[in-house]
Amino acid sequence: MSIPTKEEIYNALAERHGAELQKRLSESSVAVCGIGGLGSNIAISLARAGVGKIHIIDFDRVDISNINRQQYFMEQIGQYKTDALYDTLKKISPYCNVQTDCIRLTESNIPDILKDDDIICESFDNADSKAELVNCVLEKMPEKYIVSASGMAGMYSTNAIKTRRITNKFYICGDGASDVADGMGLVSSRVIVCAGHQAHMIIKIINKDFEV
Amino acid sequence: MIKINGEKVNADGKNISAILADMGYSEKHVAVELNKQIVPKAEYDTTFVCDGDNLEIVRFVGGG
Repeated sequence: MSIPTKEEIYNALAERHGAELQKRLSESSVAVCGIGGLGSNIAISLARAGVGKIHIIDFDRVDISNINRQQYFMEQIGQYKTDALYDTLKKISPYCNVQTDCIRLTESNIPDILKDDDIICESFDNADSKAELVNCVLEKMPEKYIVSASGMAGMYSTNAIKTRRITNKFYICGDGASDVADGMGLVSSRVIVCAGHQAHMIIKIINKDFEV
Repeated sequence: MIKINGEKVNADGKNISAILADMGYSEKHVAVELNKQIVPKAEYDTTFVCDGDNLEIVRFVGGG
């Protein structure tokens, strides 16, 4: 069975989301920085929604320890995450412009790598990198929106996961406190709630709805 | 008095580094906005707050 045409897919989505939102989604470009527990789930949500361009960035390979929460399959263990997720995103949204960068983002390359993306999603796994990316975007690329995450570890209530608007273009999702450094694990059901918060806020921003 | 994350605090005349130290936060794990402007990390020790200032301090924790 052949896959639907670009128009058929677009029309099916527009019926679900409304014509105006779909047009905005199709014209938007989102960078997903880190495609682990948060980022792989966020990228898939955005692809399903029909985001026109998804830029996925990660230097790492798929490991067996990832499968408990990250959107990878056992047969992909050992592959670069950017290659593995590219394949999955293309199965979901064949006409999506999926751009990959298999690199480590640092202060020195962030402005160049992210220059063409409207909205930046921070979905790293460690506090140093989170702070580095957020500070770099806020300082050097203040015209861009950034949706970040902090605190989704452990088995605490999912009701503690929130989205907060810190300033004009800086949003943060999570419970703000649950840290893997305290020995708490990461479980799929809680991580995906935080990922949902981020993906939803990104889609709201695309739809010009900036309140949480 | 200044506001830190919406709460009134007595921190007039302190620099950002001192405020972060008081809160027990590492400078490597935060983003700081003073009156809606991002404070670059390099300026934490030379940026002082004064009466009426609004500070938003976001602390990042690991996991994702």
